[in-house]
Amino acid sequence: MSDDFIREVEHVARLARLLLNSKEKELMADQLGAILDTARKVREIDTAGIEPTAHVFSIPAFLREDAISPSLPVEKVLQNAPKKMKSYFLVPSITAIEEE
Amino acid sequence: MKLYQKTAAELSRLLQNKEITAVEVLNSFMERVDEVDPQLKVFITCTFDSALETAAAVDHRRMENEKLHPLAGVPVAIKDNFCTEGIKTTCASKILESYIPPYDAAVVEKIKSIGMPILGKTNMDEFAMGSSTENSAFFVTRNPWDLECVPGGSSGGSAAAVAAGMVPFALGSDTGGSIRQPAALCGITGLRPTYGRVSRYGLIAFASSLDQIGPLALNALDCSLLLEAIAGYDQRDSTSLHREVPQYSAAVDRELEGVKIGLIKENISANFDPEIKDAVLKMAALFEENGASVTEVSLPHTDYGLSAYYLIAPSEAASNLGRYDGVRYGFSANGDNIFSLFSRTRGQGFGTEVKRRIMIGTYALSAGYYDAYYLQAMKVRTLIRRDYEKAFQNFDIIVGATTPTPAFKLGEKADDPLQMYLSDVCNITDALAGVPSLSIPTGLHSKGLPMGMQLTAAPLNEGLLFQAAAVLEKCNDSSPVGRPSILPVEGSCRNGI
Repeated sequence: MSDDFIREVEHVARLARLLLNSKEKELMADQLGAILDTARKVREIDTAGIEPTAHVFSIPAFLREDAISPSLPVEKVLQNAPKKMKSYFLVPSITAIEEE
Repeated sequence: MKLYQKTAAELSRLLQNKEITAVEVLNSFMERVDEVDPQLKVFITCTFDSALETAAAVDHRRMENEKLHPLAGVPVAIKDNFCTEGIKTTCASKILESYIPPYDAAVVEKIKSIGMPILGKTNMDEFAMGSSTENSAFFVTRNPWDLECVPGGSSGGSAAAVAAGMVPFALGSDTGGSIRQPAALCGITGLRPTYGRVSRYGLIAFASSLDQIGPLALNALDCSLLLEAIAGYDQRDSTSLHREVPQYSAAVDRELEGVKIGLIKENISANFDPEIKDAVLKMAALFEENGASVTEVSLPHTDYGLSAYYLIAPSEAASNLGRYDGVRYGFSANGDNIFSLFSRTRGQGFGTEVKRRIMIGTYALSAGYYDAYYLQAMKVRTLIRRDYEKAFQNFDIIVGATTPTPAFKLGEKADDPLQMYLSDVCNITDALAGVPSLSIPTGLHSKGLPMGMQLTAAPLNEGLLFQAAAVLEKCNDSSPVGRPSILPVEGSCRNGI
């Protein structure tokens, strides 16, 4: 497997904040090329002047009334938190330099 | 005939006539689960205790002559990507292995308010990414017709449960075929409704411009009953359509006289299994015998569907799955700083297919590639949508095979993602166009496995699909495939994982 491919995989994995081990990096480098080759087929069509579809129906969004409604209580929201303190989610340092 | 062998509509009638009780019905299905689940491995979590409470409450209310919904007391199973308050919801992923949602999905609320006992949460491909249910982080589900074959996916657990009589019908989700493909491989009926027809509030997101919830059942009538129960506007899903819910079940009594049916040229001329194509043509002939017209229709951009889908869906997934960061819920790895917390949590929590899709999507959305991949795929989606709009100017329903082959062997495609992706090739363009699409059984292949046909209509025309499917059921003595025979073995699934 070429180092270029591996470096590309490492770059994309870093963008996704997804840690891959060396075996996974090789697998991805191997498979993503073939998948993207298939995906590249979309580039065969001339789409000049064609609008992209983000939502399949051009029905205007239905707006609800701007009224206050009850939210989940704090203890329920926190019930699945891996780490919490008082009524907060607890996270490690957010000012550290990114390393992996 | 045992109760677990009956359709939801039959059970509903017997319950309303007070000929049977909801607890009797539930007991029959629970016994069936105990008999066959050790072999099939459908349920990630069984919820028999709460189901019994629901059934007993329904019986009590019926005794008091309270007016109940026709489906009150009819059990249902739910794919494990629907949030269920207080009940583990895993998405078949290690990252949500012990996640207990603090709220119910909108459709779960509806099911509960009707009084339908929920038997359990069914296995699936992790985050609904896959076509065989082999991508579950926990175990592999088997096809009731052949235990060495996959049930399809990603709603493979729900499809296998219905086919095996563990439940009369079930809920699944379909992003690019995940209801229709397993329905076809398990010999049952499965609907992907119009995009926006059913609220997705509380459905764990995969690809938001494509995800839709739908029923898997034994026939068109049961599918229509479950759709009636779950469809409708919900302000908590901004894509939800603000349209009346028709009485879909009334459609099954209508004739086919004058209905225009298009045979999709690109599907029927593709290099698919010849027996599957013959079965579609046989059904088309039955349509004609019943007064419908059948001619060919072309969807010229069909060939580009797979490539557009495998850019759009992973891109949206890469964005949606950013929420699994080890902070608010789900699995959390140890990290010295926020970046290592995020990347280690995802690295250890996600399985290979999920990682693969995050990588494809992140690549397609990254600087320098966005226009060439994601934006181009969205433009191709417009062309695909226009193919359908044009087809529905001349046709009421368009049809083709649901899958290129019958169920494949466990492990056969597990190491080749592209081959696996190709098993959804017939299902993807409907999803990209947002139109409703129903898979129905057409017969048994010489390998002894069911085959399926897919019927597609213009947006919000689900009723037409049920109508056409019901006509074929009448011609085929209720089903062209019947039910698989599974020999019970001793065991119990009541503990789940």
